[in-house]
Amino acid sequence: MSHPTFLGMPPFPEAAKEALANTQQRANLAKATATIRDKRARAVAEMPDWEHLRLAGAAVKDTVLTRLPELLEQLEERVTAAGGVVHWAADAAQANAIVADIVKAHDGREVVKVKSMATQEIELNNALAAHGIDVWETDLAELIVQLGHDLPSHILVPAIHRNRSEIRDIFVEEMGKVGRPAPDGIGDEPAALAEAARLHLREKFLRAKVAVSGGNFAIAETGTVVVLESEGNGRMCLTLPQVLVTVLGIEKLLPTWADLEVFMQLLPRSSTAERMNPYTSMWTGVTPGDGPQEFHLVLLDNGRTGTLADPTGRQALRCIRCSACLNVCPVYERTGGRAYGSAYPGPIGAILTPQLRGINQHPVDAQTASLPFASSPCGACFEVCPVRIDIPDVLVHLRAKVVEHKRGHLGTEGAVMAAMRATFTSPRRLGAAQRLGALGARVVGRRGRLRLRGPFWISAWFGTRDLPAPPGQSFRAWWRKQHDRS
Amino acid sequence: MTARDDMLARIRAALADHPATPTVPREYHRTLPDADVVGLFAERVADYRATVRRVSPAGLPGAIAEALRGRVVVPAGLPPEWLAAADVEPLHDDPPLSVQELDGADGVVSGCAVAIALTGTIILDGGTAQGRRALTLLPDHHLCVVRADQIVGTVAEALTRLDPSRPQTWISGPSATSDIELNRVEGVHGPRNLAVLIVS
Amino acid sequence: MRVGLFVTCFNDTLFPQVGRATVSVLERLGVRVEFPEAQTCCGQMHFNSGYRPECVPLVRRFADVFAGYEAVVTPSASCAAMVRHYHHVVDPAVAVPKVYELCEYLIDVLNVTDVGAHFPHTVAFHATCHSQRLLHIGDRPRRLLEAVDGLDLRPLAHPAECCGFGGTFSVKNPDTSTAMGIDKVADIRGTGAEVLASADTSCLMHIGGLMSRQGNPMRILHLAEILAATK
Repeated sequence: MSHPTFLGMPPFPEAAKEALANTQQRANLAKATATIRDKRARAVAEMPDWEHLRLAGAAVKDTVLTRLPELLEQLEERVTAAGGVVHWAADAAQANAIVADIVKAHDGREVVKVKSMATQEIELNNALAAHGIDVWETDLAELIVQLGHDLPSHILVPAIHRNRSEIRDIFVEEMGKVGRPAPDGIGDEPAALAEAARLHLREKFLRAKVAVSGGNFAIAETGTVVVLESEGNGRMCLTLPQVLVTVLGIEKLLPTWADLEVFMQLLPRSSTAERMNPYTSMWTGVTPGDGPQEFHLVLLDNGRTGTLADPTGRQALRCIRCSACLNVCPVYERTGGRAYGSAYPGPIGAILTPQLRGINQHPVDAQTASLPFASSPCGACFEVCPVRIDIPDVLVHLRAKVVEHKRGHLGTEGAVMAAMRATFTSPRRLGAAQRLGALGARVVGRRGRLRLRGPFWISAWFGTRDLPAPPGQSFRAWWRKQHDRS
Repeated sequence: MTARDDMLARIRAALADHPATPTVPREYHRTLPDADVVGLFAERVADYRATVRRVSPAGLPGAIAEALRGRVVVPAGLPPEWLAAADVEPLHDDPPLSVQELDGADGVVSGCAVAIALTGTIILDGGTAQGRRALTLLPDHHLCVVRADQIVGTVAEALTRLDPSRPQTWISGPSATSDIELNRVEGVHGPRNLAVLIVS
Repeated sequence: MRVGLFVTCFNDTLFPQVGRATVSVLERLGVRVEFPEAQTCCGQMHFNSGYRPECVPLVRRFADVFAGYEAVVTPSASCAAMVRHYHHVVDPAVAVPKVYELCEYLIDVLNVTDVGAHFPHTVAFHATCHSQRLLHIGDRPRRLLEAVDGLDLRPLAHPAECCGFGGTFSVKNPDTSTAMGIDKVADIRGTGAEVLASADTSCLMHIGGLMSRQGNPMRILHLAEILAATK
């Protein structure tokens, strides 16, 4: 079974236009994001020391970034001492090959998988499918996306673009093709759908030999990996199979065990907006008699070092994948995640994806280059980020990178910007332009209103909006003539 | 040059601007002074729709008997008096129970390592009366006994009582999902029923 | 008190009445207002669109033009934010003049909330993202409006939501910008107010443009125009 990919998606403005027309998805997203927003606000309001936690979280994550080489070495040493095997993967291809080799070494034809953004990023499922290995997603939402041959639209609730009757239809159609079918005559109440998922996945949990997971945190001091979840599928995958492979971005470290006191409070309240998520599993290497007897930790770069190299952009690596920024973003709320054309959507996606794809080092494709501009930038994301990533600041910084890369072929936009710069560097030219504008407005304006047709930005504005006609006299003309009568 | 050497070299090159390691400000609360941690814990666990009861040590066996039926997994080290009044068929993990046996059990009873009041969390670390992780995962009904002296106020305090080298499960309510139209549904893969007895 | 007025390029060209109103309010409160004519633009549009080198001469011009002033007042929160937060990023060597957004100047420097205005109408106020999140302007605009004689302020249902203007975002992502603006228009119309006001004409251009296209425009004023209104 091959899985859909983000490759080949159009730049954001085009993708957004299509997504905006999907009224069902918009309604689902509006309700979902409003609900989680309010819940998060209540969860955070309970904590009088929330700002202190944020400040600590940002500083701990910056500590990780500044000490990354030594902390990674320490993590490797601790995991190895505890009986685990550490692998280093410079890119997606290397990571996928490492995982495939481990599965094949155990004659595995299938793996069960806990939701992991990192594995989505490297498109692990497709890579394993190419080796004839079935990958069973076990998070309910990822299961829905997988059975629906679809792409996720949100970091935390990936199937939020689907309503219950669509989910029921997907289960009825698809479950039987890959395992236990959905119960006959199943209704679409959420409880019935969850029960169908429970039954369908149970047999896979109980027979799987190899599991693949991501990790929320890895403690350098102790070698402990931490996975937060709600449904119990994580516990199933992390405990029952003989072999566990964890793919972990190199930035997902914490220096010490005690640092969890900050993040076990920041993450649940920021993501699912609970005081604590139902289940968190923590393990170090291999424990005889308890859980997998073979543990592999795959440390993933895949563009993170390129991101780290940029002093302004590197703060994106503080991200703990809570998705709070998605839920407050007015752009994301309307377009959904798939319009961003990457595993990471929303505000964090707009600054992380371009950097992972190399924008700090070289020009990028049009779709990637469109991401830093997929924002108004209103700043709501920065307000809720538990690790205080100044997303608007990084967006503007990356926009400058895009323009820098495109010097020499900035097209119409570049010409407009050059013209405006020329106008603004001379008050005389500005005055002349104003008089010209006022004159033109007398010709094309109607009742003080402009409604123009034209290429490029003209049609972009006037497609849906009017503009007030430039008045006969600019402010500076008025000042000179009427005010400064001395 | 291995991938490891290559990656570490690239990381060091990326940090060529020698960014200073910040001092981490730690003004967040680490304790809950003057809090009734037992009462707060009971309240917070109940918020997750787990069944919570407070019992005296003398009342514990009776409360356990009321809560358990059928074939019940019993971790090593469980105080024998806990099951003194219970009418159950105990399943011991020695030799280790198979996945099918665990799946077929009606329930599991355990103690815990530590519990957190602020977040309503119970933490198991494989110690006495807890067993390996699969024991408290597969049965559909988990009855957990928490002693009052095991309850601390905050996450920070709990971490100081835990040994990171031991595999842990942090439990805050029964399993749940909000993936279908954001309606919260209890009980997906983990135990669908969590009952907590607080002994004080 | 002597201030330099930074009217902003788009007010100068499209909304001169906002400049006139700003002058009127300040002069009524005893402030001597000067308009250094060499001013043009703060560079925000270029900066936010990624054209940083183009900003350098604009930032230097701004610093030169306003060098002699202890205080610069501008009726634009987004421009004030650009100067305060980003001019030193564009050119670290430049001496950035002290810029106040109008509400800040009235309340924090002149210590006035009642500017002696009279405006007996129902008003909905759009608090802009730059003013709230970058300048942390808080309730200053609300306090000024509530002190206006006869004015009835109607709150929005979702006051913190972005209107979708976002500078060049409005033309580089017109569909999303419009979708956001339409929701903001609905919120504003839902208050039943006669007048829409804001402290930034840039947002008003976008919201007003949508309303005009819908064929049912409201009366749209900058906060300064309301504060300038007298009996």
